[in-house]
Amino acid sequence: MFQLQLFIEYFKQYLKVRLAYRWDFVVQLGTDFFFQAVNLVFILVFFGHTKTLNGWTQHEVIFIYGYFLIPWAIFSAIFNLWDFNERYVIKGEMDRILTRPVHSLLQVIMETMTPESLIGVVTGVIVMGWAATGLEIEWAWYDPILLLVFALGGVAVYGGIFISLISISLFTDSKSDLQPIIYNIGTYGRYPVNIYHRLIQFVLTWVLPFAFVGFYPASYLLDKTQWQWYALITPLVGAVYLGIGIMIWNWGIRYYRGAGN
Amino acid sequence: MLRAYLEVIRIRFLMMLAYRVNYYSGIVIYSINIGVYYFLWMAIYGEQSSLQGLSAVQMATYIAISWMARAFYFNNLDREIAQEIRDGTVAIQLIRPYQYLLVKACQGLGEGIFRLFLFSIPGMIVVSLIFPIQLPSIGTVWLTFALSLLLGFIVNVELNLITGLLAFFILNNQGMIRAKRVMVDLLSGLFIPISFYPLWAQTILNYLPFQAISYLPSIILVKGLGGDELTQALLIQLVWCFVLLIPISLIWRKSRKALVVQGG
Repeated sequence: MFQLQLFIEYFKQYLKVRLAYRWDFVVQLGTDFFFQAVNLVFILVFFGHTKTLNGWTQHEVIFIYGYFLIPWAIFSAIFNLWDFNERYVIKGEMDRILTRPVHSLLQVIMETMTPESLIGVVTGVIVMGWAATGLEIEWAWYDPILLLVFALGGVAVYGGIFISLISISLFTDSKSDLQPIIYNIGTYGRYPVNIYHRLIQFVLTWVLPFAFVGFYPASYLLDKTQWQWYALITPLVGAVYLGIGIMIWNWGIRYYRGAGN
Repeated sequence: MLRAYLEVIRIRFLMMLAYRVNYYSGIVIYSINIGVYYFLWMAIYGEQSSLQGLSAVQMATYIAISWMARAFYFNNLDREIAQEIRDGTVAIQLIRPYQYLLVKACQGLGEGIFRLFLFSIPGMIVVSLIFPIQLPSIGTVWLTFALSLLLGFIVNVELNLITGLLAFFILNNQGMIRAKRVMVDLLSGLFIPISFYPLWAQTILNYLPFQAISYLPSIILVKGLGGDELTQALLIQLVWCFVLLIPISLIWRKSRKALVVQGG
């Protein structure tokens, strides 16, 4: 349980840093809520002009969006690696990490985590709950458990993809623009995939499986049977992508030579 | 004096040129964003041929042109000003023999011109190959669009100057800057054309400056506005360009005093 102790120590340290700038913290929570609100306004105005979006009602689309916020919040809390290349590779912090006797990825994650992002889970549940009041969903006793499993699968998909992307920095220290590009593709996963071109549907399912983060699991919870098999393999897809990510990372670590000083 | 400002524009343009590689990924990112909104709107148009006076093709064109126009008018002047105020370099800027705010605006223009030629125009070509959009043929429509785009740019710069200068009074205005950016994207008509909002919201939005940034230029091009409608659109933009100068000069006058206090 050495790792857990380490995590608690890191977490304490993190709280100290964060509480030193309390106002920043409040402002960030405020702007995060604001972003979510803007996306909801978009959906609301959008449905002012149609009853259904390829068979999906307003409440269903909002439900999918609310569900998406849950894995997204957990992912943002754990993985905050946007400036990995800059901070660890170019500035040489990675060398310090590698001299310590804990798995390098775990250290990097614990140093950069932002647990306050978990507040997004609450936002997501509220949005989902609100949407559910306008829908007739039959909740089985195991549905909350499935929701949690699906959400963790979604986190693993996101985590695996972004670990793979930052691992590129271990091979070459030049800046890669892939990260923001893939990040923007992630937006596609929070709307029903059947509105997209077939090719895009394929990519969102089997290449960059962002549909497993939002749409497939949410459609299962909405009692749609058409995609239920996709929903049920969410944890598997997550495990495979996370596994690939960690493999590429480990390979990159063996290859890593440092940026020099 | 004018030559000094032209030089500022030129220098910023060259500075951007030095980092031009970053911009190719920008075009890809904008195309991806255009894609999401394109598919969402087209899913609605599947059932109706025309909504709020826009046909499906016009809607697709609107989405493409408004995103590529954003590449032109978007800049981080607010963040730059806030940064200079926080680290104190604004004091040196103030003793230099030029108008600080005008220099900032010129830097924004240099950046805008750069992005217009290396981002918006190539981006528009790429997007028109991917999505079925219809641009008007060469003619006066493009000229009025260019004029409208420039006015929209000025309104956006003015809003950025206001947000940036507020750093004199609110020390950490990062959150406000981010919130303002999202607000501009939503209320300027980038995500949803103003005419698609519910009527009560349209009434409010018609009294706000945001429509002048994105909605009016895009609609001028997409619908090929002419006559009274065109005059009215350009007039709204022009009025906002002048009206926004009032809060800027007020804040600027107050903020220079605030700086003296900090420096003392």
